Amino acid sequence: MVTVLARAGIWLAVLFLAVIGVALAADGGFAIHMGIVALAAMIGVWFTVGGADYSAIARGILKMPDQSTYDDDPVRWGVIATVFWGIAGFAAGLFIALQLTWPVLNLEPYLNFSRLRPLHTSAVIFAFGGNALIASSFYIVQRTCRARLAFPGMARFVFWGYQLFIVLAATGYLLGITQSKEYAEPEWYVDWWLTIVWVCYLLVFVGTIVKRHEPHIYVANWFFLAFILTIAMLHVVNNLDMPVSLVGSKSYPLFAGVQGALVQWWYGHNAVGFFLTAGFLAMMYYFVPKQAERPIYSYRLSIIHFWALIFLYIWAGPHHLHYTALPDWAQTLGMVFSIMLWMPSWGGMINGLMTLNGAWDKVRTDPIIRMMIMSIAFYGMSTFEGPMMSIKSVNSLSHYTDWTIGHVHSGALGWNGMITFGAIYFLTPRLWNRERLYSLRMVNWHFWLATIGIVFYAASMWVAGITQGLMWREYGPDGYLVNTFADTVAALHPMFALRAFGGLLYLTGAVLMVINVWQTIAGKLRREAPMHDAAYDPAADRPILAPAE
Amino acid sequence: MANADNKPAGAGRRIDEATNTETVGHEWDGIEELNTPLPRWWLWSFYACIVFAIGYCIAYPAWPMVHSATEGMLGWTSRGQLEKDLEAQQQERAKIVADLAITPIEKLPGKPALMRAAVAGGAAAFKVNCVQCHGAGAAGSSGYPNLNDDDWLWGGDLATIEQTLIHGIRQPGDADTRVSLMPAFGKDGLLTPAQIQDVTSYVLSLSGKEKASPASQRGAAIFEANCAVCHGAQGTGDRQFGAPNLADAIWLYAGNREAVSQQIGNPRHGVMPAWGERLDPVTIKMLAAYVHSLGGGEDFATVATPAQSEDQSEAAATETAAE
Repeated sequence: MVTVLARAGIWLAVLFLAVIGVALAADGGFAIHMGIVALAAMIGVWFTVGGADYSAIARGILKMPDQSTYDDDPVRWGVIATVFWGIAGFAAGLFIALQLTWPVLNLEPYLNFSRLRPLHTSAVIFAFGGNALIASSFYIVQRTCRARLAFPGMARFVFWGYQLFIVLAATGYLLGITQSKEYAEPEWYVDWWLTIVWVCYLLVFVGTIVKRHEPHIYVANWFFLAFILTIAMLHVVNNLDMPVSLVGSKSYPLFAGVQGALVQWWYGHNAVGFFLTAGFLAMMYYFVPKQAERPIYSYRLSIIHFWALIFLYIWAGPHHLHYTALPDWAQTLGMVFSIMLWMPSWGGMINGLMTLNGAWDKVRTDPIIRMMIMSIAFYGMSTFEGPMMSIKSVNSLSHYTDWTIGHVHSGALGWNGMITFGAIYFLTPRLWNRERLYSLRMVNWHFWLATIGIVFYAASMWVAGITQGLMWREYGPDGYLVNTFADTVAALHPMFALRAFGGLLYLTGAVLMVINVWQTIAGKLRREAPMHDAAYDPAADRPILAPAE
Repeated sequence: MANADNKPAGAGRRIDEATNTETVGHEWDGIEELNTPLPRWWLWSFYACIVFAIGYCIAYPAWPMVHSATEGMLGWTSRGQLEKDLEAQQQERAKIVADLAITPIEKLPGKPALMRAAVAGGAAAFKVNCVQCHGAGAAGSSGYPNLNDDDWLWGGDLATIEQTLIHGIRQPGDADTRVSLMPAFGKDGLLTPAQIQDVTSYVLSLSGKEKASPASQRGAAIFEANCAVCHGAQGTGDRQFGAPNLADAIWLYAGNREAVSQQIGNPRHGVMPAWGERLDPVTIKMLAAYVHSLGGGEDFATVATPAQSEDQSEAAATETAAE
């Protein structure tokens, strides 16, 4: 009873503060945001008060969840949220690709490119990728520790709190509320909220590791821990700012000028390094050996490449600021650390690919493993491309061009997207106790649509980026610039159309995934010629019960 | 490196059949790990990258010290590189720039080689400074004149274009800027709305956009009384006031009833910056040559104000010499 009262009290306090926020709001955007928070707090009160089992409390019985199974509710919600936000993010991406090709599609002011672009990047990185990471980390940490989640209530708060963060960020972009920092656009109060959620995430994760029944901590959990800890640090430091008003949406950052730029790209690059690389490597280290039913290729490599990656990644950020006001020495260090990062990144690729040793035939027969292998291949390609682009002479051509966009997307669509799709196809039948996915053939279709989509995307952006870079630096025989900026934009138009086509294919593949996941949850099986899938033993998928204390 | 040898042997270690490699002996949810050594090519590539990084740090500015960073054996700096590049570029162009500085713009047509160089340089400067308003092809858009045609508001010979470039149009704070202010006949109540529609009909009839009508006949009288003083009796404009020719097919805003009546009732007055404050005289001369070359450039009809031009080129020459 006391817990119920305490929780309801917290939600009521949040509700109270949010209503005050609406009443005193310095700007309309803040009022709308506080309205959303108030609504969320009301839902929180409702579920706390309405969901409690009062008769059980009255009888003095503590309702204990079934300890003999894993705590998978937040994982199930996370899988659905991942699919949902994935479609939202991909659709936003396709739309802004079409806006770049046909600017008439800019619908002022709420749906113009500059507001939808952060909506797209945040939706795919933080909403789609973030939910995939939270859900899969909750799933993996329980299995590899043979223990249930440490703080079940907090784990639920992490999931719903993170969704609130996403909604506040996304609506903020459309309303024009932004810090104008790439991948860190949400304003100060949303940042504070995320900090609270993230600390809870860390507590749940570390708590579960602490109560593990395995003597050793599995490599996937090292990567998850590195991801959670480093993102916490990056997020806090990059968002040190001073709100103009405690009831307004505007703030000013602590760091200004080139220091601000350096902090921003220290954050931005390590968002790539620890969110999109370390976190997803953790997923890879669990789902690939499970789906391939093979041991990890090399334990030693996993140790060496883990520590090398963690140590080197954090210094590579200045390569985003080549040929700027950033001092030469910092640019040098950004470049050389990026180059040293090449092999540590590839360590993960080798460990992923070579895990297939002894089971390479499954690439032919198992569409889920095929998806994962393609994902690792794209990981390898973009982690080669990255260090190459950090070399200053290459960067002087590639920087500010669409090559960068192509590079990011071969990583995001290829690596992050494909490994997440593989994970979702792995998780869905297991989480909902289904015999198998609704259709493995549809997974195959999804694989090809996504792969061909990425090829269109990456190839068109390579051509566009190099064209752009060469046109910008082109001097005529008289020693004068040849092209205007508008000339270069006109030259890219066909490439932009091809890119949008690639995005359309990718989105179409994701829609197939929605159907597949939906039908699997609904308990349907498509009648089709069977394909290979990894075996699943529900009896073994249980925590080790703690001895009675 | 983790060495499984100092742990109690046995405990789940086994030889994996498919790869004939020993496992480490741990198992998590069915996942085992092989004890494969680091791939040699991987390790040596990693070492090579580290060696390259160390070498690069020795050659280039790298490590921050107490007061400044290590400078690197090559003595390279990005600012130094830029200065060197700029200097090389400047030297390449030095002769042409010097020639242009001492050549009055009136003499430019007589020196074809110099003219060509000026046009090339002007084209580049145009791409940086002018395309934002006049467009990449200098074709302009609504409110921004097309520079490819031979319809000039203020005149299309080299010296006039140069003058427009230096002082701009309606540039606040520039005493010599070109100013034309057409009265707001509607807003200030000089004409009634009906009269404005009549004048509009007349103006549109000048270029054949509308047929003569009773309205345009009424408008003709109003035009005669109010507009002809600047736009001329035939509506062909007057460059002295920057008054546009209304009898041709070229329109600064648009040649339809709505735009023309708006311009009569409450005219818009565009501003062009005085580039003399931002660009050096040689660049402006080049820009004038480029704009002149686009298709509508006019020859010098009469020597307009030779004294002023000479003053300017002298001033330019002195400046260049001072540099």
